[in-house]
Amino acid sequence: MFTDDAGKGGIAAGGPGNSAESNRRTGGDLVQLITPGGERVSHPEFDPWVRDVNDEQLGALYEDMVVIRRIDAEATALQRQGELALWPPLLGQEASQIGSARALRDDDFVFPSYRDNGVAYCRGVRPEAIVKAWRGNALAGWDPFTVNVATQQIIIGAQTLHATGYAMGIQNDGADSVAVAYFGDGATSEGDVNEALVFAASFQAPVVFICQNNHWAISEPVRLQSHIQIADRAAGFGIPSMRVDGNDVLAVMAATRIATNRARHGGGPTFIEAVTYRMGPHTTADDPTRYRDANELEDWAAKDPIARLKSLLERKGLLTEALETAVAAKADAVAKALRAGTINMPEPQPLDIFKHVYSTPHAPLERQQDHYSRYLASFGDPAEAASEEGAR
Amino acid sequence: MTQMTFARAINAGLRKSLENDPKVILMGEDIGALGGVFRVTDGLQKDFGKHRVVDTPLAESGIMGTAVGLAYRGYRPVVEIQFDGFIYPAFDQIVSQVAKMHYRTQGAVKMPITIRVPFGGGIGSPEHHSESPEAYFTHTSGLRVVSVSNPQDAHTMIQQAIASDDPVLYFEPKRRYHDKGEVDESLDLGAALSLERARVVTEGKDVTLLAYGPLVKTAKDAALAAADEGISIEVIDLRSLAPLDFATLEASVRKTGRLVITHEASQTGGLGAEVAASITERCFYHLEAAPVRVTGFDVPYPYSKVEMHHLPSLDRILDGVDRALGRPNSLSGLEG
Ligand SMILES: Cc1ncc(C[n+]2csc(CCOP(=O)(O)OP(=O)(O)O)c2C)c(N)n1
Repeated sequence: MFTDDAGKGGIAAGGPGNSAESNRRTGGDLVQLITPGGERVSHPEFDPWVRDVNDEQLGALYEDMVVIRRIDAEATALQRQGELALWPPLLGQEASQIGSARALRDDDFVFPSYRDNGVAYCRGVRPEAIVKAWRGNALAGWDPFTVNVATQQIIIGAQTLHATGYAMGIQNDGADSVAVAYFGDGATSEGDVNEALVFAASFQAPVVFICQNNHWAISEPVRLQSHIQIADRAAGFGIPSMRVDGNDVLAVMAATRIATNRARHGGGPTFIEAVTYRMGPHTTADDPTRYRDANELEDWAAKDPIARLKSLLERKGLLTEALETAVAAKADAVAKALRAGTINMPEPQPLDIFKHVYSTPHAPLERQQDHYSRYLASFGDPAEAASEEGAR
Repeated sequence: MTQMTFARAINAGLRKSLENDPKVILMGEDIGALGGVFRVTDGLQKDFGKHRVVDTPLAESGIMGTAVGLAYRGYRPVVEIQFDGFIYPAFDQIVSQVAKMHYRTQGAVKMPITIRVPFGGGIGSPEHHSESPEAYFTHTSGLRVVSVSNPQDAHTMIQQAIASDDPVLYFEPKRRYHDKGEVDESLDLGAALSLERARVVTEGKDVTLLAYGPLVKTAKDAALAAADEGISIEVIDLRSLAPLDFATLEASVRKTGRLVITHEASQTGGLGAEVAASITERCFYHLEAAPVRVTGFDVPYPYSKVEMHHLPSLDRILDGVDRALGRPNSLSGLEG
C-alpha cells in the first residue's frame, strides 16, 4: 500500500532532466536556451519563437527579474517587521514568471495562484496592491478587469477550472485571446486540475496551463504528487505538453509563445511544465529545514535564473554600467514605493465587513449591519470601541 | 497530570491511539516530516513509520475517498484537513459517502473515520484559513460532530473519536493551539465524560451561555466579567455539536430561564438556530425571554484587519446577555 519507495524516481534534486533518475522517465527533454553558465544554446524548434528578442529586450527581462526579486525581498522584510501578516516568496521562480508573463498579450487573461506575484507585476498590478491581501486589508488587492488578472487563488488548483471556463467564453465569442492558468506541481494532484484538463481538451479551449514545478508543495516533494514527469500527465488528457527549464527566461518565453499561438489559432490547450525551484520557504510561516536538505538548495543556487541571464548579458557585452545602474535604480524605486504604499495604506473600517456581500440589498444582512453599528455606537466613540474589540 | 498545550495534547492522544490499535492510520498533507502545519502530528511519522502516518498527495477528495476504502478494509483512518477552508473539495466524499455508508449497507459497513479540522479565526490568516464550516456537517445525518475547548478534552476526545465506529468530525480551535492546560494522560476512556455529552463549565443561575471550541474561553471570561456586575452566568461547553446533549441543555435552561448561544460561524442556518429552536420547543414554558444568538455575521470571513468585528467578543457576548436579561443593551428601544 503505502510503500516507502512509492515516490522513487521523482525529479531528482540534481537538476532538471540531467540526472540518471529523470532520464529513465518518459517524456520530452527539458528545453533549455540558456545554460546555467549563461551560454546561449540553440534549439531548432524553440529558437524561432524568441528570435525577435533583441539586446534591449534581454536587458528589460533582466530588469524585470531583478525588480521582482527585490519586491519579494522587500515584502519578506515587511512581513518580518510585522507590516504583512504573511508572504509567499517566489525566490528562484523569477524566470518562470517573467518569461511566461512577458509572452502574453494585454487582452489575454491570467488566473494566478498566491505565489505568482511576478506575473501580477508584469501585468501592471502595483506592488502595494500585491501585498494588500497579505497585509489583511482586503481579500483582493486589485480589480481583475483593469489588468486582466484574476485574484490570486489560495484554494489549490481551483483557478485552472476558471481559466478553462474563461477560455470557453473566448471561444464562444470568436476572439483570439488566451486564458492562462498558473499553478504548482502539488496542484496537479487536485481533482479540480484534472477536471480542468478534461474540459480544456473536450472543448479544445484556448487555455494555457503553466505549472511551475518548484519541487515542493509545502513539505511534500514533487515525487509524492506524480510518479511520472508532470508534463507527461497532459498526454493522458489529450493535451500537448512541453517541459522547459523554468530558470531559463528565454525557454519559458518561447514555450509560452508556442502555446498561446496554438491557442489563438484554434489549436486548443497546451500544458507547460516549467522546472524550477522554490529557494525560500513556502511562506514566511514555514520552516523548510524540517523537510529539505541544504545541499539541494545549494545545487539549485548554481542554476539561479537571474545569475544565468546576467552571465548571458555579460558574454554578449551587454552588461554595461548604464544597464546595471538603471536596473538598480528601478529596483530601489519600486521597493521604496512598495514600502511607503504598504505603511501608508488606509486602515479598513469596521462596517466594511458588510460591504459587497451581495450586489443588491439583502434585508437580513442590513439588519445585522444596523445592529452592529448600534453596538459600536453604544461605546460612545465607535473608533475607540473598535480598537478595544478583539478576538479575546 | 501534565501541563500541555492544546496541540501537544492532541498529539499525545493520537500517539496513544496509534500505539493501542494497529489499524489506526493518520493521513493528510504535510503531516509527516513537517509534523503538520500546526505541528499537531509532530514526531509521529518518525516513531510509527510512513505506513501509519501518511503524507498524502495534495488532494482532499482523494484523501477522504481513500479513507473510505481503508475503512472498508478494516482500518480506522484519522484524516487531517489542513485548514477549515480546504474541507470543501472533500465535501462530496464526506456527505455522500462517509456519512451514508452505514445506512446504505444497513450496518454492514462501518466508517470509523476521524476527520480533524483546525477551524475558526482570530489568527490573522489569509482567505480560506479561518472558517467555521461545522453547520454543513451537523446538517448531515450519519456524522458525529465534536469540537474541543481545552487540552484535557482534546486529549481524551480525539481518542474517543478514533475509537468510535461512527465517522466523527473533530473540530480543533486553531487559535487555542498554544493555550496550556492540565492533562491527565492516564484518564480511562470509559470513565471519561462521553463524547456525546456537554459539560457545565461554570455554574450560574441567571443565564445559560452556550459555546463550543474557541469561544468557550471567551464565554468563561464573559461569565467572570458579568459576575462583577452581579450577574450569574452558567457556561456550557457543548463539546458534541451532533448529536446535541439536550438533557444537559434543558436542565440548565429550566434553571436559568434564559439562553444565549455564541459561535464564530455565520448566524443564518448556524448551530445557534438549531439550539434556539429546539430549546424553545422543549422548554417554552421555562423561558423568560427569547433565546439570543451572538455569532459571526452573514458575511464571508473577512480580511484579518477587521476579523475581530466578525468574531464574537467578550463585550458582544455580554451585550447578548443583557438582551436576554432585558437589561439596557445596544438594541434597547428597537423592536424585534
Ligand atoms: C485545497 C487546498 N488544500 C490545501 C491547501 C494548503 N496549501 C497551501 S499551498 C500548499 C502547497 C501547494 O504546492 P504547489 O501546488 O506545488 O504550489 P507551490 O506552493 O509550490 O507554488 C498547500 C498544501 C490549500 N491552499 N488549498
